[in-house]
Amino acid sequence: MTHAVDRWLYPTDQGLYCAPGGFYIDPHRPVDRAIITHGHGDHARSGHGAVLATAGTVEIMKVRYGADCAGSFQSLAVGDALTLNGVGVSLAPAGHILGSAQIILDYGGKRAVVSGDYKRASDPTCAPFEVVACDVFVTEATFALPVFRHEIAAGEIAKLLASLATEPTRTHLVGAYGLGKCQRVIKLLRQAGYDRPIYLHGAMVALTGLYQRLGVDLGDVRPVAGNDAKDMAGGIVLCPPSALGDRWSRRFGDPVNAFASGWMRIRGRARQRGVELPLVISDHADWPELIETIVATGAEEIWVTHGREDALVYHLASLGRKARALALVGRDEEAE
Amino acid sequence: METFATLLDGLATTQSRNRKVALLGRYFRATSDPDRGWALAALTDGLPVRVPLRRMLADLMLRVIDPVLYKMSRDYVGDTAETVALLWPDTAAPRATGDTPTLDAVVMAMSIGTIAERTEALRTFLDALNPSGRWALLKLIGGAPRVGVSARLARTALAESYGRDVGEIEEIWHALDAPYEALFRWLDGVADRPDPGLRPTFRPVMLAHPIEDDDWPKLSAADFAAEWKWDGIRVQIAARGGEVRMFSRQGDDISAAFPEIRSAFMAANCVADGELLVMRAGNTIAPFNDLQQRLNRKTVTAKMMRDYPAHVRLYDLLFEGGEDLRASPFIVRRQRLEAWHAHNHPPLSDLSDLVAFETFNALSALWSQARDDGIEGLMLKRRDSAYQAGRVRGQWFKWKRAALTLDCVLMYAQRGSGKRSSFYSDYTFGVWRTKPDGGPNAGDELVPVGKAYSGFTDDELRQLDKWVRTNTTESFGPVRAVTPGLVFEVAFDAVQRSARHKSGVAMRFPRIHRIRWDKPATEADRLETILALITPISQPVA
Ligand SMILES: [Zn+2]
Ligand SMILES: [Zn+2]
Repeated sequence: MTHAVDRWLYPTDQGLYCAPGGFYIDPHRPVDRAIITHGHGDHARSGHGAVLATAGTVEIMKVRYGADCAGSFQSLAVGDALTLNGVGVSLAPAGHILGSAQIILDYGGKRAVVSGDYKRASDPTCAPFEVVACDVFVTEATFALPVFRHEIAAGEIAKLLASLATEPTRTHLVGAYGLGKCQRVIKLLRQAGYDRPIYLHGAMVALTGLYQRLGVDLGDVRPVAGNDAKDMAGGIVLCPPSALGDRWSRRFGDPVNAFASGWMRIRGRARQRGVELPLVISDHADWPELIETIVATGAEEIWVTHGREDALVYHLASLGRKARALALVGRDEEAE
Repeated sequence: METFATLLDGLATTQSRNRKVALLGRYFRATSDPDRGWALAALTDGLPVRVPLRRMLADLMLRVIDPVLYKMSRDYVGDTAETVALLWPDTAAPRATGDTPTLDAVVMAMSIGTIAERTEALRTFLDALNPSGRWALLKLIGGAPRVGVSARLARTALAESYGRDVGEIEEIWHALDAPYEALFRWLDGVADRPDPGLRPTFRPVMLAHPIEDDDWPKLSAADFAAEWKWDGIRVQIAARGGEVRMFSRQGDDISAAFPEIRSAFMAANCVADGELLVMRAGNTIAPFNDLQQRLNRKTVTAKMMRDYPAHVRLYDLLFEGGEDLRASPFIVRRQRLEAWHAHNHPPLSDLSDLVAFETFNALSALWSQARDDGIEGLMLKRRDSAYQAGRVRGQWFKWKRAALTLDCVLMYAQRGSGKRSSFYSDYTFGVWRTKPDGGPNAGDELVPVGKAYSGFTDDELRQLDKWVRTNTTESFGPVRAVTPGLVFEVAFDAVQRSARHKSGVAMRFPRIHRIRWDKPATEADRLETILALITPISQPVA
C-alpha cells in the first residue's frame, strides 16, 4: 500500500505535520509532539510537549531556553531508528551545526527526508551531511540564487589573519551568528594556528561553553566582560552581527568590523552594515550544493522551504524535477 | 589584475580617508608601468576605452546562464557588473598568482577589433579571474568604479606617497594622458616634471578662511578689497590656442558639461578664476538647485542648456597670455582683469564687482542689507595678496552672513561613517504643516526640510545617539525613524525652493545650532515660516 507523501506529510498553521505519526517537524508554535532538526531559533522553539532530537540539539535547546523548555526530551542518535504510530523515524547528519540532523520518515512504502538547514562544505564542529535517497526531499533555500557560491572557509579565515597582521593594533570584531557560526569560526582559527585568547560577546558565552563541554576543543576563549579594551587590542572578538557598530562596540576604539556570513558574497550587504572585512563563511548550502544535493537524493518531488524558493523551483523544473514551494510560516531570512 | 582587484576591494570597504590614501600609495609604489597608470586613469578621468559593455555582457551571459535565473540574480544584486562577476563560472583549475591579465592587456584588447572580437577577449579575461578580479575588470572597463575615491583623492594619494605636493601634480594633470608614464618617471625621480606645453592646465586655487570674531581687531579696512561671493561653484577657466577647460576647485575638468562656456572663451588666452552660475534673462541668478541640474554630467542636451543657461562671473586673473600674474598683488591683478575683460569681453561672462567701503562697519551695513539679494557671502581680499595655492592665513577671508535659525524636529537619524559609524550622527529634521487634503480639521504632520551632521560636540553626539536609540519607531538599514520629540535649533544660510524635497524647500548649509532638549516638539516652527524666508531670485548688486 502506498500513499502520496503529501497525503500524510503537509504544512499546517503549526508547521510541517506528519498525520499518521501525530508529530510536527520544527513547529513554530507549541505542539504536543515535535521532532527538531537543529537548535536554531526558527526551528527549535520552547513550549512543546514531547521533543525528539539528537542529543546535541536537546542540549542546545536546554541552554537556550532552559532545562524545562519542553515537557519531555527523547534523544535519538544518528543512524538509530524508531517507529512512531507506524511511521519509521531515523536521523542523518545535516552538516549545518552541531547536532543538526535530517529527519527521515518512512511510511506507506515512501520515504520523505526533511533536511532542515544543511551545507556540504566541511565543518570541524559537526558531522558531515549524508545523502539519503528518498521520494520527497524537503530542502531549505536560504542561498538559492546562482550568485551564491560560498568561498572555502579556510581561505576566508586566512583573510582575517592577514588583516590582523596588517592592522596589528586594531581589534578585529567578527560578527557571527551565535550558534554554529561563532564556534566554527573559532575552531577554524585554531586549525589555522591562531592560539591567542579569543574574546566573546556575552550573548555567545553559554553556547560556546556547551560546544566545549560536548567535546569541541576551542582553546582559550574568554568573555569580553572583565577584560580591559587595551588587552584585547589587536585581538579577535566575536559578537552577534547586531553588535557591530552598536554602542557595545565603542569600547574597542576603532575596530576592524568583520562579518562571517554567506550574505557577505554581495557587496551591497557588506556596505549596508559598514563591514570592512567581509568573510564569506556560511552554514547553509550554496547554489551548486543545493542543486547537487537535490539531484543526488533522487527525489521525485522537492519541497522548498524558507528562502528564495522561486529561483530554485524554476531551475529544478527546467531539470525535469517536480518542485514546489512549501508555505511554512515563521521562517525569516536566516540570521546567518 | 589581482593587485588592482585587491586595491578596489580595500578602497570599497575602508571608510577612513587616511587608510584609503595609504592603500593607494602602496599600490602606486608597488605596481609597474603602465598598469599603475591605467589604474590611476580608472580612478580619475576614466580609461580611453569605449565599448558597448552592457551589450557585450548580455551576449556573454546568454552563453553561461539561463536568462530567467540571470534576471532574478540581477534584480537581487542590483548591479550588472557584480552580478556577472558572481555568476561567471569558475574555471576548474586554480591559476597561479600573477597568471591573470594585466590592466594593459585589458586596455589594449578593449581598444581594438570588432565588437565580436572584443567580446571574445572579454570572455577569456573573465575566465582567467576570480569573482573579485572579474568585478574589478568590469569596473575598470565600465568606468566609475564607485569605491569612494574622488579623482582629487587619487591624485592626493599619489602626491603624498611620493612626497610631493598635490598642486605640483594638479598643475600639469590636464596636459597628461593615461597611462601617465611621464608623470611616474618624474615621481620616481628619473625624469623632470612633464612640461604641459601649450595645453591649458589647472592651477591650484587660492582659498579663503572664514572670518572669526577675533580676526577683526587685527585687520585694517584700508588693506582690503571686498567683493560678493556668489552662490554657485568656484571654477577656473584655462584657455589657450583654441582649447578651453573649465576646472572645479578640486581640479576636476568639468568642461564637457558646459560647451557654451568653452565656446565663449575659445578666442581667449588666459587662466581666470570665477563663479559658475545659472543666469537667466535680465541677469538674474537662479537658485543653486538649478546649477545642480547641470553638474556631475558627462554630456549635456540643448534643452538643459536652454533651461539652465550657464554663466561665469569672474573674480581674478592668474595668467594673461603667457604672463603669470600670480605673484602680483590682488589689486594689480584686478586692474588687469578689468582691462582684459573690457578688451576681449568673452560672452556669458561678467565681473564680480568690487564693493566700495570705508570702514568695516559701513561694509557690515551694506552686508546686512544684502541678505535679500541671495548672495552667498562677502569676500575680503588683502589688496597686496599674491595668488597662492590653498588656504593661506591672513590673506583672504570669507564673511558669511549671520545665519538664520529655525526650530525643527528630528525625524530620522542615520549612522555616520568612519569613527562615527557606531553613532547615529546624520540627522534629518522637519517642520510642521497641516496635512494636505485633510479638510479643515486635519492634524499636523512633519515634513523634512534638511539634513545636518555637524554643529554638536562629542558629548552631545553621545546624548543624541542615546536619544535616537531609545526613541526609534522603525529602522531600515542604517536609518532609524524616531518619535517626534526632539527639537533642534537649526542654523542655515538661506532657503530655496526645491522640487526634490517633499516640503518644496531646501536649506543651504544647515547645521545644528543648539539642541533644544527643553522644547516640546509641538512648539517647533511651521512650514509657512520657512516659505516666508525663501530667497528671492537675486539681482546683481552694483
Ligand atoms: Zn539553521
Ligand atoms: Zn533555518
